[in-house]
Amino acid sequence: MQAETALTRVGIWFLVMLAMIVIAAGTTTQGFAIQAAMVGLLALAMMFVTASRFDPLGSARGFFRMPTTPSRYDDDPIRWGAIATLFWGMAGFLVGLVIALQLAFPWLNFEPYLNFGRLRPLHTSAVIFAFGGNALIASSYYVVQRTSRTTLAFPALARFVFWGYQLFIVLAASGYLLGITQSKEYAEPEWYVDWWLTIVWVCYLLVFGGTLLKRHEPHIYVANWFYLAFIITVAMLHIVNNLDMPISLFEPKSYPLFGGVQGALVQWWYGHNAVGFFLTAGFLAMMYYFVPKQAERPIYSYRLSIIHFWSLIFLYIWAGPHHLHYTALPDWAQTLGMVFSVMLWMPSWGGMINGLMTLNGAWDKVRTDPIIRMMVAALAFYGMSTFEGPMMSVKSVNSLSHYTNWTIGHVHSGALGWNGLITFATLYYLYPRLWKRKRMYSLRMINWHFWLATLGIVFYAASMWVAGVTQGLMWREYGPDGYLVNSFVDSVAAIHPMYVLRAFGGFLYLSGAVVMVYNVWMTLAGKLRDEAPMRDAAYDPELDRPLPAIPHTAVPAE
Amino acid sequence: MSTENNEPIMARPLSQEPPDVAATVRGHARLERNVTLLGIATLLVVAVGGLVEIAPLFWIDTTIEKVQGIRPYTPLEQAGRDIFVREGCYSCHSQMIRPFRDEVERYGHYSLAAESMYDHPFQWGSERTGPDLARVGGRYSDEWHVQHMTDPQSVVPQSIMPKYGFLRDTDLATSEMADKLRALRRVGVPYTDRDIGEAMADAILQADPEQDAGDFAKRYPKAQIRDYDGQADRVTEMDALVAYLQVLGTMVDVNSAAAQEKLATEKGR
Repeated sequence: MQAETALTRVGIWFLVMLAMIVIAAGTTTQGFAIQAAMVGLLALAMMFVTASRFDPLGSARGFFRMPTTPSRYDDDPIRWGAIATLFWGMAGFLVGLVIALQLAFPWLNFEPYLNFGRLRPLHTSAVIFAFGGNALIASSYYVVQRTSRTTLAFPALARFVFWGYQLFIVLAASGYLLGITQSKEYAEPEWYVDWWLTIVWVCYLLVFGGTLLKRHEPHIYVANWFYLAFIITVAMLHIVNNLDMPISLFEPKSYPLFGGVQGALVQWWYGHNAVGFFLTAGFLAMMYYFVPKQAERPIYSYRLSIIHFWSLIFLYIWAGPHHLHYTALPDWAQTLGMVFSVMLWMPSWGGMINGLMTLNGAWDKVRTDPIIRMMVAALAFYGMSTFEGPMMSVKSVNSLSHYTNWTIGHVHSGALGWNGLITFATLYYLYPRLWKRKRMYSLRMINWHFWLATLGIVFYAASMWVAGVTQGLMWREYGPDGYLVNSFVDSVAAIHPMYVLRAFGGFLYLSGAVVMVYNVWMTLAGKLRDEAPMRDAAYDPELDRPLPAIPHTAVPAE
Repeated sequence: MSTENNEPIMARPLSQEPPDVAATVRGHARLERNVTLLGIATLLVVAVGGLVEIAPLFWIDTTIEKVQGIRPYTPLEQAGRDIFVREGCYSCHSQMIRPFRDEVERYGHYSLAAESMYDHPFQWGSERTGPDLARVGGRYSDEWHVQHMTDPQSVVPQSIMPKYGFLRDTDLATSEMADKLRALRRVGVPYTDRDIGEAMADAILQADPEQDAGDFAKRYPKAQIRDYDGQADRVTEMDALVAYLQVLGTMVDVNSAAAQEKLATEKGR
């Protein structure tokens, strides 16, 4: 680094620190001051880091045993992303288990910072935006370079996107615990965090779009369409849903521009498409690259991918109102939302079929390759939850299922089954390649991970289905006398066993992820587990010989 | 299914001139080769649904039918609402009663759009881990709420609600009250200049029946002035939250609304 550049950078960090001190001094909200202090301390640390020209990632690079020879592609931010994905995943699963246990055993709440209401957004944001988001950013960097046969455009910006995104996660998550939230589901971060994410996201679009522009392949591969749609649409949703009026520049608190009915529909237009574009389009992009690669088969139908892409992104946007059935939202909007939700079933299954049929001629790999098995299970869960979703969006079904744990079961069969498993499979594909290892440390441990995760999902989804239907039926149960039979708290008490079973399912899923962490750790350390291979037929050279001539002797009868 | 109909994949010999892309590539294939076109087409396609569904809500009058009695929250109630938002109560409590017999009998008249027209953000919720709160106002005494917040299991043994006793020990911060009302006015809540000027004083006096209320009752009709948390010497976050809970669903006289519905049925509307 040049001395002048270093000095400029120290100056910039100093200004950031100064701004943070001003905010910390000016605000009356303790949580906001703590966050400003956090960023200020970070700026201070970065000042010293820059000043001493110490490469902060140098020691970490050694710790994680990153390859010393440079890759042909720009893989450093992808390696960081692969580690961050796993780290935030563990954090998110752990908090999920904690809040599941809080619902079963309320004494596990510790007021005020660790109450359920503050931890729940921490869990959802950690798994969706931290775990899922890092997986999407890292995998998109990987896929767009490979399918464009070029390196990342704006390498410095690409690194800023990664670190800026981590700062967004830390600010959002610490905000929830400190009581800084908008309480809009999946859009909880306050205005200043939203602004920061907007900057990061625009840079992400520049890096991704720029890389596509400088590609050396004439054709843009289908996975990149999905990544592009995910980036553009999330930008649109994020900006519109977070139009806020801060009460002051020194306070974290703001009020959303849209309130009441309009606020509700804008929020669920956002909320449903956070699922549609963050958790579906982005992850379908992963599917379109990594499933064909791992199966070593071309994608089943090119034409289907075109139809599937346009119909999926067109229809998804309309489905938001099904979160507001029978509310004060006008009926016409509810019905429109329901109709489009049912139609959405078709493109969703188009995507699933395109993924599954890619295995044509390679179905034996489901038995022999645990990564393929994970991908197939992910697609199967995708298919199941995209059937269940349209069904639950039918108003008469929704009248029973809404407000109950059935919804929780539904999102988790999608999140744990589809997003979780496809991400694990992608990571298992990526680690050996990014670290230049022959294979993962252990393929049998991937198998263990697969079964722990699948069993966990079964426990989770089944218990929440039962809990949800129980709640729905108990709430509307009338006795022969014409009065409601159950008080509300009866339904709470009735589903206690289901809450315990759900927590057990979550525990299994977390255990699977712990196995993965160990497997990844050993892979990065450069070790290979000495284990029986998964796909070889048994061979014993001792038995591979003709029978010796045995003299025929009579055996006396007893 | 076979893949015979797909175009065969062939590499162009290096000696050959590259084909004229503009002339040979037509239809969808052009989108597949032009990231700008692809991006613009994507944005257009994803914009349609939102425009058709959301935009009309702002200009169709029947979206929010006018009813009598809706007023902006008092500063104390709004402060309580901000605590409700801060603690993430929406995670477990909805504020939206659907028009079903069992819900109406359990919680009260179904929710009207007008009742949340000044709610920024809306708190309809999506989950009933606990009961709906849209009409909880006036159903329980202040003492019950304070006891329930401090130790939920002491009044409802099977409850799984966390404890919120710290609200009783935390003084309500009122210094931002005017800024809050001003921001709310900017997003469309009709507070007057006087409301904003008096915001801080209003927040204190609503929890202190000893004080001179001035024109408070005129500016906020039916607002209840009393010591909500049982600690006469201080105004705490518990005062604010209970004041908010006690006003939920009480602004509209739903019985008079019901009479109008009957009238509408009789007149065949």
